[in-house]
Amino acid sequence: MPSVTLTVNGKTHTVEVEGRTLLVELLREKLGLTGTHVGCDTSQCGACVVHLNGTSVKSCTTLALQADGASVVTIEGLAAADGTLHPMQEAFRENHALQCGFCTPGMVMSAIDLVMSHPQGLSESDIRHGLEGNLCRCTGYHNIVKAVAAAWPVMHGRELAPAE
Amino acid sequence: MYDFAYEKPTALAAAVSALTTDDEAKALAGGQTFIPVLKQRLNKPTKVVDLSSLGLSGITVTPSTVTIGAMTTHGDVANSVDVQKAIPALANLASMIGDWQVRHRGTIGGSLANNDPSACYPSALLALGGTVTTDRRTIAADDYFQGMFTTALEPGEIITSVTFPVPERAAYQKFRNPASRYAMVGVFVAKFASGVRVAITGAAQGGVFRHAAFEAALSANFLVDAIAGITTPADDLNSDIHASAAYRAHLIGVMTKRAIAAA
Ligand SMILES: Cc1cc2nc3c(=O)[nH]c(=O)nc-3n(C[C@H](O)[C@H](O)[C@H](O)COP(=O)(O)OP(=O)(O)OC[C@H]3O[C@@H](n4cnc5c(N)ncnc54)[C@H](O)[C@@H]3O)c2cc1C
Ligand code: FES
Ligand code: FES
Repeated sequence: MPSVTLTVNGKTHTVEVEGRTLLVELLREKLGLTGTHVGCDTSQCGACVVHLNGTSVKSCTTLALQADGASVVTIEGLAAADGTLHPMQEAFRENHALQCGFCTPGMVMSAIDLVMSHPQGLSESDIRHGLEGNLCRCTGYHNIVKAVAAAWPVMHGRELAPAE
Repeated sequence: MYDFAYEKPTALAAAVSALTTDDEAKALAGGQTFIPVLKQRLNKPTKVVDLSSLGLSGITVTPSTVTIGAMTTHGDVANSVDVQKAIPALANLASMIGDWQVRHRGTIGGSLANNDPSACYPSALLALGGTVTTDRRTIAADDYFQGMFTTALEPGEIITSVTFPVPERAAYQKFRNPASRYAMVGVFVAKFASGVRVAITGAAQGGVFRHAAFEAALSANFLVDAIAGITTPADDLNSDIHASAAYRAHLIGVMTKRAIAAA
């Protein structure tokens, strides 16, 4: 059986997998990291989004073997050791950006990538388009958009420059 | 998903040989089409050959051409300042494919090899009159597309890069299916000194096609009004739960007018 060596949330693992093992199966079933969800089998819902070498990807549409040598961050890797939430998690909590919570891990991982890759700022429309790959059946998205906007200044350590 | 062997060669020749010595072996690029297909058990490869370590990504721009490596992601094309300057319509097209996470993995080579009748890139390649470079030859756009999910690629042939001539003006307009994000109708219009080319995706049963009547009218006069009287026959267009053939025929006119206005 082939094996894959990768770093997940800072810890290195070597795991035996099959060719067909998906990254999300490796995370959930082999490493017990069940925070990453599976909501569809059509690569559309985004419940499975993780960071692969710093960018957000759908872990249900990535083979475990494609992640050999990579660094992966999942929802479990965000909070500090003492339990302090990541600013994006805190913003979701503050803004009531979740109801059932099923979409939340993927939503948070996508949102962090979106904020970090937009140092010049994010408009409401940028946020809505940036989260097109994440479906939520509960919230109506509005509070999620508010949470992402609220997390931007915290994550960048400065206020957004006013639009010209 | 059925199981398969996985290989990640580091040289093009090794990848070609892995694919040609076993006719049940399949190439893997970004996996954004192929992995969903495998999940649905629509394909049963013995071996999956990952193309990601062959050095096939990157963008080269000259005053007259844009060349994009097969493994370059949609996100990298969308964000490339060089592509945005040389052929803004191409960067814009890439920025509208799927969603952000799909664009982080999906590649131009995978999209063109797959030739989904609703995919975006085929319309750019055909309208710009580009060429596909493979491990063994170059193929002109007009010879490349051979019906939906069918191309001139031979078994085991690997796309290495795609070259687009820089047009005077161009635009892509997509009426997207809000659920799948693919084109229900997508129109790529490109104006060159030698004339205008118009390619339509998402609409026809045979996949992407050139619209001869629009091209003739627009080559004479590149204005929205030039195509006002031209209707598109619905005979060979797709009818499905998303849109009837007649509606798609109508959308072809509307999206082409928008593309001319945006070019
Ligand atoms: C939710 C979602 C939405 C999408 N929306 C759109 C959209 O709006 N517009 C659009 O155009 N596409 C869309 N796509 C498809 C996406 O663009 C895919 O990335 C693309 O079609 C395939 O590229 P890939 O790199 O993922 O290829 P893969 O899935 O890895 O491969 C696809 C096929 O091409 C072959 N192949 C791959 N690379 C090569 C190569 N270099 N040489 C020869 N053969 C090769 C493979 O063997 C396979 O048969 C969407 C996909 C998803 C999941
Ligand atoms: S589980 Fe739905 S996109 Fe991955
Ligand atoms: S909170 Fe229930 S799906 Fe988003």
